[in-house]
Amino acid sequence: MKNGLVLDINTNKKQTYVKFIVKTDGFYRQTVGEKETKFSILSKIEAIDEAVQKATAFASNAGFGDDALFGIDMAVREALANAVKHGNQLDETKQVEVTLINLESGMEIMIRDFGKGFDVTEVPDPTNPENLLKASGRGILFMHNFVDKVEWQRHAEGGMIVKMIKNC
Amino acid sequence: MAELNLTERQAGDITILDMDGKVTLGEGSVALRNTIRRLLGEGKKKILLNLGGVGYVDSSGIGELVSSFTAVNKEGGTLKLLNLTQKIQDLLAITKLLTVFDVFENEGEALSSFD
Repeated sequence: MKNGLVLDINTNKKQTYVKFIVKTDGFYRQTVGEKETKFSILSKIEAIDEAVQKATAFASNAGFGDDALFGIDMAVREALANAVKHGNQLDETKQVEVTLINLESGMEIMIRDFGKGFDVTEVPDPTNPENLLKASGRGILFMHNFVDKVEWQRHAEGGMIVKMIKNC
Repeated sequence: MAELNLTERQAGDITILDMDGKVTLGEGSVALRNTIRRLLGEGKKKILLNLGGVGYVDSSGIGELVSSFTAVNKEGGTLKLLNLTQKIQDLLAITKLLTVFDVFENEGEALSSFD
């Protein structure tokens, strides 16, 4: 936070805390939720909605406004869809892990699958004229559009992690 | 309640599908796909999708709109879009699909454009 005042009150050891971030432009973000949460979902389409709702509830408690919540909703939904469908191949014996961290400058979202992994540079650009009429392949474009930073890493023990940052 | 409700109206030889709900991966996308397939099977090839009641579309939903468009075109028909929310227009802009779809804000104008 540049040129701002942060008042951070930890209320207990579970990291539930109240934080006011006062910016010099007069706007402030009030966070009342957890600092970090982690949960897993089964690799099925029906599990995505509830996980997205958990992420947006966490972001709402972290003080994000409606536009940012919409962006987080879209990006998390796409990342989960990729992890469930393409990563874990809808194999319900494999889980998708979601980690949400409330940062001073925003929110970090990490989503891990247990699939074979992929090279993001090899994913075709869906906005190329030759790909415009394809039925799929736009998820990564949406993720880039709705959060401030997206990066993929192969996990040392297998699977992929996508890490996204949404600035406040 | 279903994720996406589709109500069919007829204006001459044009079929208007009033869409209400979400077009997302899973149920919503499948409902649209099945309805378009059925309409084409019934020989209804002029289709106007009224998205006025659709508040949320993900990349799978955008993909389903594209699939609907190409399926109708393949049968020699025409599919157009009506009443997009700003958010959906933004998604079509991001994906550069605004140049692909014929998009209208007024139903009368949309219907006349099929002539």
